[in-house]
Amino acid sequence: MELFVFVAAAAMVLTGALGVVTRSNPVHAAMSLVLTLFGIAVMFVAHNAHFLAAVQVIVYAGAIVVLFLFVIMLLGVDKAEDLSVEPITNQRPLAAIIGVGISAIVIAAIVSSRAGLGPSGEGINQTTIDSPDANIRQLARVIFSDNVFAFEITSVLLLVAVVGTVVMARKTKSVGTGK
Amino acid sequence: MFSLAQPTSTWYLILSAVLFGIGTIGVMVRRNPLIMFMCIELMLNAVNLSFVALSSQIANIDGQVAVFFVLVVAAAEVVVGLGIIVSIMRRRTTLTVDDMSGLKG
Repeated sequence: MELFVFVAAAAMVLTGALGVVTRSNPVHAAMSLVLTLFGIAVMFVAHNAHFLAAVQVIVYAGAIVVLFLFVIMLLGVDKAEDLSVEPITNQRPLAAIIGVGISAIVIAAIVSSRAGLGPSGEGINQTTIDSPDANIRQLARVIFSDNVFAFEITSVLLLVAVVGTVVMARKTKSVGTGK
Repeated sequence: MFSLAQPTSTWYLILSAVLFGIGTIGVMVRRNPLIMFMCIELMLNAVNLSFVALSSQIANIDGQVAVFFVLVVAAAEVVVGLGIIVSIMRRRTTLTVDDMSGLKG
């Protein structure tokens, strides 16, 4: 069963990722991104990270991809891009070599260091029928005790991002002219 | 005898490395800044997946806390990046990164 979940989710993730890279229409690429994000959410559930799976679906698939689609529609760039020309000579083979090389190096490191890490920390509470919110409780306890300062700084970061975006996207010419 | 193997965290880590590589290739190959942003999201998700897989392997919730903060920073990054793209598109009509050479000396 776990094997089936892994294979299905991995197929979703890889299909979506290849779609993002190869699709010429930005809207199709955004839809492929949704597929990848849902696959990642399934894997989070398989690791008992239920809160993160929910946040993944809500924030990524719900907010970030909608923002992408919104900008695509707003800018009118939803036409298919011409992918047949290579802007730089040999750009694609070189990029493929570098990308595959990075993956190969990381995979080699993972496989060769399989000897393993022992458990550290106090363990992860499994979500069961008796305690359906065990994961959320444990996560909240760590975030609001050890990481509470980082959490507060995060709110400042979001505020700065929102204000900065409003300032950048505003039409500056119409300020003061009454238009 | 063939037996169904259980997926270990090594499998998830390898998948995450492959996903990161695909994202890297996408950033280097594509010229549409929106697609490049999506590929950066792919790379961030690959790292999130490895965080969660290792977190459950070593039985430590701190990895999931890190993923939580990565999600927040990714959201802020997309908001600022798309704002920049919108304000660039006000001045020009095509949307490829090759055309954005206004700061070239």
